[in-house]
Amino acid sequence: MSESGIIKDFIQNNKKSLFLLVIIVTAGLTTTFIILELFRAKNRIILATTTSTNDSGLLDYILPEFIKNTNIEVDVLSVGTGQALEIGQRGDVDVILVHSREREDLFVNNSYGVYRTCVMYNDFIIIGPSTDPAGIMGIDNISTVMNRLKAGGISGNITFYSRGDGSGTHSKELSLWDLINFTPSHSSGWYVETGEGMGTTLTITNQDNENEGYTLVDRGTWLFTKNNLNYLIALSEAIDEILLNPYGVIPINPILHPYVKYEFVLEFIGFLVSQDGQDLINDYTVNGEKLFNASFGSCNETFSCETTEEEISFWSQYNGGYLGGTTSTLNFIYRRFDAL
Amino acid sequence: MENEFLDGIVRAFVLLFTFDAELWNIILVSVRVSTTAIFIAILIGLPLGSYLGLKNFKGKKFLTNLLNTFMGFPPVVMGLIIFMLLSRSGPLGSLGLLYSTTAMILAQLLLAIPIIIGTTKAAIESGDPNIKETIISMGSTETQLCWELIKDSKRSIIAGILVAFGQAISEVGAVIIVGGNIRWNTRTFTTAIVLNTRMGEFGMAIALGVILIGITFILNYILTHIQTKRD
Repeated sequence: MSESGIIKDFIQNNKKSLFLLVIIVTAGLTTTFIILELFRAKNRIILATTTSTNDSGLLDYILPEFIKNTNIEVDVLSVGTGQALEIGQRGDVDVILVHSREREDLFVNNSYGVYRTCVMYNDFIIIGPSTDPAGIMGIDNISTVMNRLKAGGISGNITFYSRGDGSGTHSKELSLWDLINFTPSHSSGWYVETGEGMGTTLTITNQDNENEGYTLVDRGTWLFTKNNLNYLIALSEAIDEILLNPYGVIPINPILHPYVKYEFVLEFIGFLVSQDGQDLINDYTVNGEKLFNASFGSCNETFSCETTEEEISFWSQYNGGYLGGTTSTLNFIYRRFDAL
Repeated sequence: MENEFLDGIVRAFVLLFTFDAELWNIILVSVRVSTTAIFIAILIGLPLGSYLGLKNFKGKKFLTNLLNTFMGFPPVVMGLIIFMLLSRSGPLGSLGLLYSTTAMILAQLLLAIPIIIGTTKAAIESGDPNIKETIISMGSTETQLCWELIKDSKRSIIAGILVAFGQAISEVGAVIIVGGNIRWNTRTFTTAIVLNTRMGEFGMAIALGVILIGITFILNYILTHIQTKRD
C-alpha cells in the first residue's frame, strides 16, 4: 500500500476522532485568544496622530526608546488631523499629536484637551510635474505661487489636487488660497478633492492623465515617498511663516473622559520634549534628509510654535530637567539658501 | 509595472520563509480574528439556521427577507455602527474595546452570522424530505432530528462556513474602522495592504495580497474537494 493510501485509510478509520480533534483545537485556541485579549498589557496608551508622523517612520524610530525606558506601550492610530481631533474629543484615544494650530487651540479651549505642547515642525512645499506648466519653480513669494496656480488652473494648464479631508494639510491649503482671496471650487474642473490621505493624494497627483497635477505636501511625507513618485518634483519652497508646519501634542482631558490614562500620557509627552526625545526627532533622516525639527523650548521666533516659560518649568519635572533647545531653528528653513 | 508584480510575488515568498516578524504577526492577527469570529458565528448561526429551516411560523417570510438583507450588509456600515457602540462616548464605551482585536472579532462575527444562518437554513430546507419523515417515524426528538438533518447536509453547511471565513478574512472596511490598523496589534492583511498602497509601497502591498490570495485559494480548494467528494 502506498504512503498516501495509509494516510487515507487512517483518516477514514478515525474520522470521528479527527473531527473532534479539530473542534477541540479550534475551541481551545479561541478561548486562549479571548483570555489573552482580556489580560493584554494594561499599561498602554493610544496615540492618534497624522499620517505624516507615522507613515514617515518617525514614530517607529523614536517609540522603542520610550517603551524601553517606561514599559508603556503606545498603540499608534495613523489618521488625519481632523479624525484625530474627533476621536480625541470622543475620548477614544489618550493623546493626540497633530498639526493644525487653530483647531488645536480650539480643541484645548473647549476643554477636550488639557493643553498643547509644541514638539516639532517642518514645512509645506508645493509639488508638481517637472515640466511645471504653472511656472512656479523657484518662486519665493507664496502669494505669487498661489496666483500662478490659480491662473494655470483657469487656463486649463494644470489640475490641483486637494486633500479635501479636513486634515491639517487640507486646512493649510485652504488658508493659502485665502491669501489671494480665492475660494477654489470643484466645479471649476481643475480643482479636485481626493478625500484621501497624503500618500494616496500624492499617488493620484502622480498619476494625473495629462501629467499636470499639483498638490501641497508636508516635507516629511514628501521626502519619505518621493522615490515612488517618478513624475513629480518639489517646485515651490517659498519662504513664509504660513508654510511652517508645527506639530503639537495634546493630552485628552481626564476629567471629561475618566478612562484616559493621563499619568502614562504625561510620561509620554515628557519623553517627547526631553533631551532624548528631541534629539531622536532631529536625528531621524530618510535618504540622508531630515524630516522633522525638534522645537520644544527653542522656537519662540517661529510662527505658531512658541513654548512658554511656564511649560518649560512644568515639563522639566518630567523630562529630566530639559529646558529646551538653544539653537535658532529658523536656520533650518533658510539653510537651503545658504548655497545661493 | 510587470516588475512590480513579479517583485511582489518574490518578496512574498522571501518574507514568508525568512519568518519576517511583522508579516507573521499580520498573518496571525488575521487568522486569529477571523477564526475566532467564525467559530462563535457557527455556535450562534447553526442552531438558529436549523430552526429557521425546520419550522414554519408566522412572519418567517419577513424574517427571511431580513436575513437576506443582512447577508449583504455593507461591512463599512457595520464597522461604523460598532464604532459608535464601542466608542468611549457610545453606549458600550466603558468596556474599552475600541481599537482592539475584540472589536474586530465582533465586526466579523456580526457579518458572518447572517451568512451562516442563511446557508444552514437553505441546506436544511433543501434536504431530502424522505429522510425527515424517516427520522420522525423513528420517534426521534426534535434535537435529534435537527442533528441528523445537519449531518445530512453537512457539505453545504461547511461550504457556507468557508464562504463566511473567506469574506471575513478579506474584509477591510469594518476592521480598519474598529481596529484602527495598529502595528503589532490590529493590523491585518487587508489593512496592511491599504497602508502600503497609501505609502506607495506597492511591492509590499502585492506581497501581502499574494499571501492572502494563497490562503483563500487553499480554502476554495478544500471547498471544492468537499463539494465533489463522494461518500
